[in-house]
Amino acid sequence: MKIKRFLMSNAVPILFAFLCIAGIRLSGTPIATILSDVVNRFDRNILLVLSLIIPVTCGLGMNFGIVLGAMCGQMGLVFVTLMNLTGMTAILAAALIGLVTAVICGILAGKLLNRTKGQEMITSMIVGYFSNGIYQFIFLFLIGGVIHISHKIILSGGVGIKNTIDLSHLQYSLDNLKIFGLGGKVDVFTGIIFFAVFFAACMTISALRNRKFDRNYIIRTAICAVFVVASLIMTGQERFMMAKMLIRIPIPSFLLVTFFCWLITWFMKTKLGQDMRAIGHDRDVALASGIKVDQTRIIAVVISTVLAAWGQIMFYQNLGTVDAYYGHEKVGTFCVAAILIGGASVKKANIGHAILGTILFHLLYNVSPLASQKLFNDSMVGGYFRMTICYGVIAVALMLHVWESRNSGLKEKRGEKKSGKPAKAL
Amino acid sequence: MKNTAATPVLSICNVGKAFGENWVLSDVSLDIMPGEIHAICGENGAGKSTLMNILFGMPVIQSTGGYTGKILIDGEEQKITSPEQAIAKGIGMVHQEFMLVPGFTVGENIKLNREPLLSSLASRIFGSRLKKVDFAKISSESQHTLNRLGVEMQESSMIETLPVGYMQFAEIAREIDKENTKVLILDEPTAVLTESEAELVLNIVQHLSDMGIAVVLITHRIQDIKQVADTVTVLRDGKNVRTVAVKDISEGEIAQLMVGRDLDLTAIEKRSGELSGEIALTTKNLVVDMPGEQVNGVDLEIRKGEIFGIGGLAGQGKVGIANGLMGNYPTEGEISVFGKPLKLNSPKDSIAAKLAFVSEDRRRMGFAPNLSIGENIAAPSMVAHNRFFKKFGFFEQVDEKAVRETAEKNIQEFQIKCTGPDQPVGTLSGGNQQKVCVASALELSPDILLVSEPTRGIDVGAKNTVLNTISQINREKGVTVIFTSSELAELRQMCDRIAIVSQGKIVEIMKPDASDEEFGLAMSGERREA
Repeated sequence: MKIKRFLMSNAVPILFAFLCIAGIRLSGTPIATILSDVVNRFDRNILLVLSLIIPVTCGLGMNFGIVLGAMCGQMGLVFVTLMNLTGMTAILAAALIGLVTAVICGILAGKLLNRTKGQEMITSMIVGYFSNGIYQFIFLFLIGGVIHISHKIILSGGVGIKNTIDLSHLQYSLDNLKIFGLGGKVDVFTGIIFFAVFFAACMTISALRNRKFDRNYIIRTAICAVFVVASLIMTGQERFMMAKMLIRIPIPSFLLVTFFCWLITWFMKTKLGQDMRAIGHDRDVALASGIKVDQTRIIAVVISTVLAAWGQIMFYQNLGTVDAYYGHEKVGTFCVAAILIGGASVKKANIGHAILGTILFHLLYNVSPLASQKLFNDSMVGGYFRMTICYGVIAVALMLHVWESRNSGLKEKRGEKKSGKPAKAL
Repeated sequence: MKNTAATPVLSICNVGKAFGENWVLSDVSLDIMPGEIHAICGENGAGKSTLMNILFGMPVIQSTGGYTGKILIDGEEQKITSPEQAIAKGIGMVHQEFMLVPGFTVGENIKLNREPLLSSLASRIFGSRLKKVDFAKISSESQHTLNRLGVEMQESSMIETLPVGYMQFAEIAREIDKENTKVLILDEPTAVLTESEAELVLNIVQHLSDMGIAVVLITHRIQDIKQVADTVTVLRDGKNVRTVAVKDISEGEIAQLMVGRDLDLTAIEKRSGELSGEIALTTKNLVVDMPGEQVNGVDLEIRKGEIFGIGGLAGQGKVGIANGLMGNYPTEGEISVFGKPLKLNSPKDSIAAKLAFVSEDRRRMGFAPNLSIGENIAAPSMVAHNRFFKKFGFFEQVDEKAVRETAEKNIQEFQIKCTGPDQPVGTLSGGNQQKVCVASALELSPDILLVSEPTRGIDVGAKNTVLNTISQINREKGVTVIFTSSELAELRQMCDRIAIVSQGKIVEIMKPDASDEEFGLAMSGERREA
């Protein structure tokens, strides 16, 4: 029974895991090659996907409006390029510009979403579309048209910036960041050992502080130890040489991601996080108990937009070229698809969903053209397939959401104390 | 428990409230002593909810112009303008709908928005909302409150997994956990509970009173009042009919006070001649699962051509019967119409069997607010009988002209006040909306017309038109009418026989000329000695 329930409630990730395994087998590509690409893509995307969690918790559903955050991030990157900044300075400056613009955009978007309660998802999607117009106005008209700058990324006519912007001046500056000569990109086994030791240390510190060495602590530390030992054994072996050479783990970026994961977990335990959870479960009850619902929802949107802005910066510092006019467009749908594949729903999302979803999504994204090349002798078929999957999973999730809320609506009605009463007093 | 020497913890002096021109509450005064259990009862629309909304400072009162009169707490006058203020003054409220967060534990709900917090580095920099929630303290404090209340319940259980009765406890616990709660308002606390759960809630109410907290108990259930209350106030039409010690009044008298209202209606024409013996509709062991209006096994035999009344207090299942006949809620049992068995749970079959329904829930089920009068009147006939269509070979088109003509005919007949057949029904007044509902039901040319609460929330003039039309089509066209209403006077005036429903069953089928006492007794669920 327990197994059945586990399978039922995790049906989506399990299905996609099977698809990925089948894809890997069919493609015939060595796992090391696939993994090296997935690690890269994970590094690029995870922060964007993480940015979706807080709005879901606050009952806003999937925030397609992270497109807005992505634009802010890109804006930051374009401006630092115009200012000729390089390396970590450029990234920090871009993050600062992204932060400021994203806070403003987030407040505005949050206010709009407060006026369209119940329709947040479609509204946030449309916000993404129309702000695209403003974005283009800024970069195709204001820059050069009103503000005269000469720079190599400005179009030859002097108005507007180029379609593709080279970021080689800051590429990998976060991934390769070294502190006291440590960090940067390391091979997969060193990476695993590093993070296993890191997590074990964190858990031990927290256990020491709370004086609580329970079963969970022992199990988790044991898992870390197993990883360390396994990596130590594997790293010397001939057959894992290829994996060791191909898969490179960017320690600073992953540490940053770990920090954001911790931050989100910590945040959910604060008063603000507790309020958000209450609002997510039942907005009317939260309001009746005196929680400032509208303000809290705006904060949730702002946090999400800021994380998305930083996520987009992280994405491009890894990729190296900004697609100035189209780069942000699909961020919303792709990230939503990823977190849904990880098992999240419109009402429930956590860090586990985000991490698992990002891995599975990019695994599938990577192997489906390879597999279809082998199967149909045409890699495009896989492209169509992954597109169908990406949008299909969103459609299915929305459908499930409506279906579930209709069912629970029925349940509520049965629990209602009297019929014929206008729904809620507040 | 009543301590007459002390000052009342809560006094309501000449409180009134109008929504626009309509006074829903006028000149109501009560005193409530510490530790007193004061029951307030009355029919739907008697003003109970409005009174509670005033006491609790609900926004709906402020946004519609506030209230008149005075409210005194511990002898001092207070203007309560928001729920926060009411809470600060020591008024706790358990709402009719559960105000609980389903995905939270009992403890988290008890401490909702009053969580004990721990400050941290971040909270010092970014403000108090980033203080950490002290979950350990939530557990210990809320468990303490639950124990104090005398309920066996774990604070760690998730609300959504609890039975309804326990949700009620959680709500009461939340109010008690607020340190200064002096008056606790319970709005229909036992309405959806099972007998044993209701018993537990009433025990807790008693317990609260022993703790010195005054309880205002709003209820329809006269049994509850008799069981725990010290004093009862009966409201009717927004007025305080009587405040009396519970021990000095019988259940029948309370019921009679609640419903005994005088209606100044023009007399309905008396029936001329006898009814034929033919049976129009029978039900056997009808069970309708309508939330809050559960029907638990009703046998009826309705004769052709009669107006059959169904009465009873709210929440006892009277409106469930008509909804079951129409297939609007899950139904079991047997129904036959003119001897033919009716397929259950299928509104389409019910309409095909020439039943038509004017719903008690006018706004939700009665009409499409954005469609015109004509479209609303014609729509049921379009669906059920394929009327109002023009045929063009394989195509059909709505016959606008016929729709318009029918609408104009009905507007005249019912004296619907409107700008014309094209006016959207949502913009009409309540009475005129109801006329449209009746007209569209009649347009189906039914054999049996089911009318539920046709006069709820409409003015006297419209009442007259609606009631007269119903009796007219009964007398002239011989349409059998099943007339459900919570207004006794109306039932007595309209009906040939009146069935009184209590706890989902028919208590008695009475003649309209039975006395008020007899009706009162039947409504309180006591079967008259045969």
